[in-house]
Amino acid sequence: MLDFAVVLEPDNLKLYGEGLLTTIKLLVIALACGLAASVPLAVLRVSNSKLASLPVWGFTYVIRGTPMLLQLYLIYYGLSQFEAVRESAAWSLLSDAWFCAMLSLAINTCAYTTEMLAGALRATSHGEIEAARSMGMSRFTLYRRVLLPSALRRSLPAYSNEVVMMLHATSLASTVTLLDITGAADRLYSTYYMPFEPFIAAALFYLALTWLIVRLFRRFERRYLAYLAPRTH
Amino acid sequence: MYHDQKTGETAAAGAGVAARAVKLEVKDVHKRFGEHEVLKGISLTAHAGDVISIIGSSGSGKSTFLRCINLLERPHEGSVALAGEPLELIRKPDGMLGAKSEKHLQRMRARLAMVFQHFNLWAHMTVLQNIIEVPVHVLGVPRDEAVARARRYLEKVGLSGVEDKYPAHMSGGQQQRVAIARALAVEPEVMLFDEPTSALDPELVGEVLRVMRALAEEGRTMVVVTHEMAFAREVGNHVMFLHQGRVEEEGDPHQVLVNPQSERLQQFLSRTR
Repeated sequence: MLDFAVVLEPDNLKLYGEGLLTTIKLLVIALACGLAASVPLAVLRVSNSKLASLPVWGFTYVIRGTPMLLQLYLIYYGLSQFEAVRESAAWSLLSDAWFCAMLSLAINTCAYTTEMLAGALRATSHGEIEAARSMGMSRFTLYRRVLLPSALRRSLPAYSNEVVMMLHATSLASTVTLLDITGAADRLYSTYYMPFEPFIAAALFYLALTWLIVRLFRRFERRYLAYLAPRTH
Repeated sequence: MYHDQKTGETAAAGAGVAARAVKLEVKDVHKRFGEHEVLKGISLTAHAGDVISIIGSSGSGKSTFLRCINLLERPHEGSVALAGEPLELIRKPDGMLGAKSEKHLQRMRARLAMVFQHFNLWAHMTVLQNIIEVPVHVLGVPRDEAVARARRYLEKVGLSGVEDKYPAHMSGGQQQRVAIARALAVEPEVMLFDEPTSALDPELVGEVLRVMRALAEEGRTMVVVTHEMAFAREVGNHVMFLHQGRVEEEGDPHQVLVNPQSERLQQFLSRTR
């Protein structure tokens, strides 16, 4: 029989609490950085200039074409092999497991979000762009006022998926010694040699977070995608 | 009053314009798509208050010509001047002409406003946001003034009370009237209409034409590419018939449309009647 008494012990619950905080912190900061970087990258990605779009294409192709666990290992274990890295100013960050996990999550979500946004930018109705140009909008205003607001809104449903996938990807952080939700479960498992209950408890945390994310995005969509809703009258 | 948030020159050009001053002068426009020459030298002069209809069968180059006026389509030859101010053009590496200064082109475009066949409203913005967008974010009109302006023009096109609707939730005729209000809100010197009723259900055409007629009656300068012969005849004061990239016949609509000289226009009119 399953016995959750161990999981519910105050010390162990505290461990999960810490893990939950680490997971949320990783997720939110990585998403914020990834999204912020993906907006300008998506604009470059849809540029007519090969010089601008090719490097971005290369970046998203490599990141999306390789497993995130591998990227995390390369950043955390790989980079430290180089003398130059160890002596550089960035070492204080790159020697930190939390930072490396956040960085690889941010790079990952950035690549996926860039492609998602680029697709939405490309799908913008040509007529809307012409209307803006015909009334004297500069390129910059066109992006700021028409293209990006429209593309960001249309990306919302796909982005909510991306956020859920990222939440699940944060569990990889436990492989580089971080104590996130999975890390907490892992610690209980090795302490008590109970494989089932700790991981089921962790799964429940992820489910609850997923539910919250989905709810949150449904609200965003109702608000920002109202213009796509069917007529109500 | 409202005439000039745009530029100093606009004010200068706009002030004291006599009733029949030249508003728009387009000369000798040539345009090719690949080897195919769609415009073989077309000119147009619009005086203040003129309503010029451009008619012709599809492929005659009428929409392309209209789009060359604000450089949505870049011509191979030609010139454009708005209220006496020429748009400086230079030849680009692709062989077509382009604006010498992008800034200047943007200022000129803001003084012309275009109404499109497919309305082209910004879907993610409400009606009100669509109308105040360019005044606020391109022309620098204070927001409350732009809103007041938007309400005034919405009333003019007969659409009060729809400010917070999204375009997708309106009929085609309503959307086109919002698009006309959006064009009016930049207080343009010349309005360009690119087949404004061609995408509408027949029973919605009337409401848009009525608005356009009202605009013509208040003395606005309009260039209208259209298939509506009744509009060209009754509202316009000049008509141009394009055929294979040339002006085949033009003049007073009452003469040109009632008593066409060229065989092609006779054929065209017999088909559209």
